[in-house]
Amino acid sequence: MAKGAGDVSSTIAILGPFGDGIDFIFQQRESVSGGSMIGGPKQILDLTATHLLVSVVAIFAAILLFLPLGLYLGHHGKGEFLASSVSNVGRAVPTLALLAFFVSFLGIGFLNVATVLFLLAIPPILTNTFVGVRQVDRDTVDAANGMGMTDLQVIRNVELPLALPTIFAGLRLSTVAVLATATIGPLANVLTLGRPIIEPQTFGVGGQVGAAILVATVTLLGDLIVRLIQNAATPKGLKLQREAERSRKSLTLSPIRRESTT
Amino acid sequence: MSPDALATLPFAQVEIEQRSGESCIANDGLCPGWIVDNLGDYATPLVEHIYLTLFSVVVGFVIAFGLAILAHRRAWTMRPISATTQILYTIPSIAAFFLLQPIVGRGFMAGAIALIAYTLFILFANITTGLQNVPADVKDAARGMGLTDGQLLRQVELPMAIPEILAGLRIAMTTTIGLAALAFFAGAGGLGEPIEQDIFFKSNVVIAGGLCLLLAAISDLILLGVQRFALPWRRAQAT
Repeated sequence: MAKGAGDVSSTIAILGPFGDGIDFIFQQRESVSGGSMIGGPKQILDLTATHLLVSVVAIFAAILLFLPLGLYLGHHGKGEFLASSVSNVGRAVPTLALLAFFVSFLGIGFLNVATVLFLLAIPPILTNTFVGVRQVDRDTVDAANGMGMTDLQVIRNVELPLALPTIFAGLRLSTVAVLATATIGPLANVLTLGRPIIEPQTFGVGGQVGAAILVATVTLLGDLIVRLIQNAATPKGLKLQREAERSRKSLTLSPIRRESTT
Repeated sequence: MSPDALATLPFAQVEIEQRSGESCIANDGLCPGWIVDNLGDYATPLVEHIYLTLFSVVVGFVIAFGLAILAHRRAWTMRPISATTQILYTIPSIAAFFLLQPIVGRGFMAGAIALIAYTLFILFANITTGLQNVPADVKDAARGMGLTDGQLLRQVELPMAIPEILAGLRIAMTTTIGLAALAFFAGAGGLGEPIEQDIFFKSNVVIAGGLCLLLAAISDLILLGVQRFALPWRRAQAT
């Protein structure tokens, strides 16, 4: 065991594995089975980079393909069934089963893991884009039409900005789900931060706890980043309106409520 | 996949059943005969899965309900409770399974606590939304009739919040069934265990994954039935 672990476990027994986990992140050590070196900043950075790459590819692919579809369906008020049932069915599919499905039927590798994560990212993005556009005040849209805007202009200049908070709420759900699920990537030979978790015989308990700390941190940071982008992207007028509402009414919660009412 | 990579997967070599002889099984195929013969082996993981899900959702509901009532009575507690539950909701369960093990040990409790923590935000958000959506007119009328705070809550606000509460329960149920498939990482068993033991064997993956989906579909239908039964006045309306 590494030096750091001894220091910590001598103070509080319960901190032992956590101290060991943190030590695993910052200090290279010999693997449990011996023979190779594990842990330390270099390997952790490697795993983190793969973790982020496969997640970002999946999220961006889902945004590129399904945000426009959501905008289109929402604008024309079509496909309500599609948008809501995709999210309900999507929620029930265990990610492990989905990954196992891809592995056993199509094989292992980066593309398959990215595809699984991509499928996982679709429902919140599609549903929230659709719902967000549908919730835009119809009078506002009528006014835009009356000013002579084309369909495309209405979508781009009116519906999209007004739907942004809802869209970003969906994006946050997608991001969190994808970052969390990328953890089981090593089952398909994509070496993400989940590797120490999946390979305890090499990485030991310290590696597992260290990886768990990192996965939790990466996910919380991902959520925070999307939230910051959301803040920056929300139109000023909408923010003012929300603040006014908030001070009038008591506090409200947003993300789950929106989904639950569909 | 290279032989080296295969060797690094801890359970890939573990086989649920002997798989020699028949070519379908040796080829990791989808074999109806094998499925029929071995379906019984999935009973234990299925029961573990159901038990873990029900336990987590029920305990999660009790806690979330208490917190929601507290937030409803004392408005200032809303923000800290919702922020805390939201963080618990964001932490991936798979990470929570391992972060809990040094504290509560490996096994059922590590799995259950992580899942309970995950359901809190969903249930809390829906219960409080349900309570908040009760029209002010209705509450005024009830107060005018002389109802106390407790009576108002029990006889007016809670019954009117049932649709949102049940909607939250449905989401919590389906997501927890999905997440419980990872609970074997905590040593809590469930349908994820056979999946991970032989992730390359199509028959195995299809049964275990299929049972998860079936479980989610059935539980959703049951809750939908409860919703119709609990809200007779809504049956006429198309919701």
